Amino acid sequence: MDEGLVFREDWSLHPKGHLDRRRHDARVREAIRERLPDLLHDESFFLSDGKAIVRIPVRTLEEARFRFDEGKHRHVGQGAGGTRPGDVVGRAADGATPDGGPGEAPGVDYIEAEVTLEAVEEVLFSELTLPNLRPKAPEAVSSDGERFSDLRKKGAWANLDKRRTVFQALKRTRLRAALAGPEKGGGVGAERGRVALRLTDEDLRFRAYAPAPHEEGRAVVFAMMDTSGSMGTYEKEMARTFFFWMTRFLKTRFERVDRVYIAHHAEAKVVDEETFFRKGESGGTVVSSAYALALRLIAAEYPPERYNLYAIHFTDGDNLPQDNAEASRLLKALIERTNLTGYAEVTHYAKRRTLYDEFLPLASPAFRLVRLQDKSDLYGALRHFFSERTA
Amino acid sequence: MKGRLRRAEEDARLKERIEAVTAIAREMGLDFFPMRYHIIPADVMLAIGASGMPTRFSHWQFGKAFYRMKLHYDLGLSKIYELVINSDPCEAFLYEGNSLLQNTVIVAHVLAHSDFFKNNVYFSRTNRRMVDSMAASAERIRRYEIAYGERRVEAFLDAALSIQEHIDPYGTARETGFWWEDADAFYDAAVDGSDRRIEGSDRQGEAGSAEAPARGGGRVGGGDPPGKKRRWGLFADLWALDERLSGNDGKRSGAGGAEAEPPARRRFPPEPEKDVLLFILRYSTALEPWQRDILTIVHDEMRYFWPQLETKLMNEGWATYWHRKIMQALPLSPEEAIEFARMHAEIVKPYPGGINPYLLGWKMFETIEAKSGREGMFEARELDNDVSFIRNHLTEEVVRELDLFVYGRKDDVWQVETTDWTAVREALIRQRIGGGFPLIVVADGDFERRGELLLRHVHDGPELDVRSIEQTLPHVHRLWGRPVHLETVLEGRTVRFSYDGIRHDRTALA
Repeated sequence: MDEGLVFREDWSLHPKGHLDRRRHDARVREAIRERLPDLLHDESFFLSDGKAIVRIPVRTLEEARFRFDEGKHRHVGQGAGGTRPGDVVGRAADGATPDGGPGEAPGVDYIEAEVTLEAVEEVLFSELTLPNLRPKAPEAVSSDGERFSDLRKKGAWANLDKRRTVFQALKRTRLRAALAGPEKGGGVGAERGRVALRLTDEDLRFRAYAPAPHEEGRAVVFAMMDTSGSMGTYEKEMARTFFFWMTRFLKTRFERVDRVYIAHHAEAKVVDEETFFRKGESGGTVVSSAYALALRLIAAEYPPERYNLYAIHFTDGDNLPQDNAEASRLLKALIERTNLTGYAEVTHYAKRRTLYDEFLPLASPAFRLVRLQDKSDLYGALRHFFSERTA
Repeated sequence: MKGRLRRAEEDARLKERIEAVTAIAREMGLDFFPMRYHIIPADVMLAIGASGMPTRFSHWQFGKAFYRMKLHYDLGLSKIYELVINSDPCEAFLYEGNSLLQNTVIVAHVLAHSDFFKNNVYFSRTNRRMVDSMAASAERIRRYEIAYGERRVEAFLDAALSIQEHIDPYGTARETGFWWEDADAFYDAAVDGSDRRIEGSDRQGEAGSAEAPARGGGRVGGGDPPGKKRRWGLFADLWALDERLSGNDGKRSGAGGAEAEPPARRRFPPEPEKDVLLFILRYSTALEPWQRDILTIVHDEMRYFWPQLETKLMNEGWATYWHRKIMQALPLSPEEAIEFARMHAEIVKPYPGGINPYLLGWKMFETIEAKSGREGMFEARELDNDVSFIRNHLTEEVVRELDLFVYGRKDDVWQVETTDWTAVREALIRQRIGGGFPLIVVADGDFERRGELLLRHVHDGPELDVRSIEQTLPHVHRLWGRPVHLETVLEGRTVRFSYDGIRHDRTALA
């Protein structure tokens, strides 16, 4: 007697789990999108080299139900023996019960989802684009990749595409069966019957590869920052956060992204990353010094014909008034040579007249300005700089 | 590489084991459906476990459950040993990484589940072809998604699922309509007063949880004078009239009869209705045909799952008892005997802060066996659900042996309140009543004669979580299409929560 049948089937294509997960993930992405302005300056992301996981409350991931208030509920537990009234079972953190049992009490995970750097990037970068891409000289185009591009009937055996070959054979034999006519057991529906599968030379399919050139080769970011006394820790953190996301974004678009850090007060110099973000100097501010240095570097090392150049300047907007005209002049030269020049002014007093007002008439698709008051404005700044908008 | 030959050999050995185990189980008196075992990868196992059925519609909540289960699985916190579907033939799933011995134990375990599904009275009306029904429903929902948009259908499913527990799991109103919709039944009940429903509404609920009495003829929120005997049921209006005529009506005293009460209006529904989902399905004016269809799907699926929610403790206890008995009767090598002992210990390991149903249920069945033999066990398996099982069969000895206790929150710690066994029993029953969900009824389907929906939480101790109310009411509003209200008791005061589609409101009533 047959006591129970055993089935070992291929479940790899069973869609159930994938669909459920896809829908869940879509909700998480939605929550990330809603909270991007806050998420972007969550320090865990860049302090741990991007490996951190941030937990965010996700309202849309809570199953709405009428529930009991667990905190006012009496629960039953099991001890290891000798339990007495008054013994402490656990700490009541975040309204969770100590129940570890599967499917029992609602825990914190009802309202939080883990968000990785990749997840945030995926959402953020999908909203950013590279404005003003210009074709570069051929030598800058690298072509180290090869991409499967075509199917051919002839080719090297090593490139045989087995799946498509068999598919081709199936198609041919089934079609023949269907067209054979009823007297030979063919006709409509016969293609579903059993037909011996035979491979012939005409079924063979080979993959053809073509070199896959990368359209954009290298990008250089000129990170310029005012390090004079008026730029405090908070302002520098904002700049750091901005450059972090900007660099990561550019890395997804370019094979190689170089960064040049230019710190300036009364004079400008190229510094390393650590110095750039940490060190403060005192003294007046002469903005044109930074632009002049950037222009010299471009002329000497990064010709715009070969590089995609992005110059972003973070400052509090204070400049030596006599320097304003010179700064504007050099800025125009910089705008001409870069894909994008950005001016980000961190200021808490929006009414004061600053460099922002000085530069505003220059605004164009290639030159964008933004004023930031606090960290939550960073998201807007990124979107302002990296969009196809024309102004 | 795991060759096909080796796999065939494994399957052959598994088949041998299945036959041996099945023969022993049958000999011991288990009576199960024909079995079909599927060997599947862990991910598929978790995915099916998350939604309860391989063919069920897709929803993000199942994806979420999947991730939680997978996390536990990856951390080694839990392992789904068995997954079995209440169907005829009965579908059971075995994880493809299992050893032969593990699979043997699981086969023994699921045979007992299958026996339970087949013989427990609460399962007697479940749809045994639910695998196919759910597949058909999922297909319809998929088409609605194509026709009306994935987001829209999903949002509606969210709303439907938010009240899925509030059904009458053993009622037949889905097929026959509510009893009071039938003029004859209504007339009979009114004439001879013998309708069981009316008596039913009078009776005390399980474990002292009284079904909410509809306030005798009073307006909602009016309240009766303290100490006055309340009446409810179909004749509430008549009794009230009676009292009014004889001048007993507290409200009118002193008014000299100058202001007559407005004529008693028809109550709708005439009694508090437990099947909130069905009531909305039948009476909401805001639903498109496809939305009604989705509500019937959710209703059907919940009715199917309900007996499992209500017999979790028993069902797992029963299966644990039998897998142990069967394994003891099976000739095993010493290595396998040790592996089994280890696995069994893992299954009945106490849960921190909670109750392991495998362990408690198993111990309780052993108690029954000691007291009234196998016969008593089979009787309990046939007639009990968790609530009656605990009430009838939880003994002081078991509570002592497992060191069970009642605990609650005190300031910022969870503290043991008592180890008294009757208190443990009461707390367990309270947790298991109604599947562990709050009892919520439709108190008025035409609240204030404005077509608004008034729900009432039948309060019998534990309070509702306020946030959960405010989270759920908008979903109910989406289903009802008019303002919705929920009355409950918070710290001794009746409070009415309202949501009108834009904002929440809270009114203290008494």
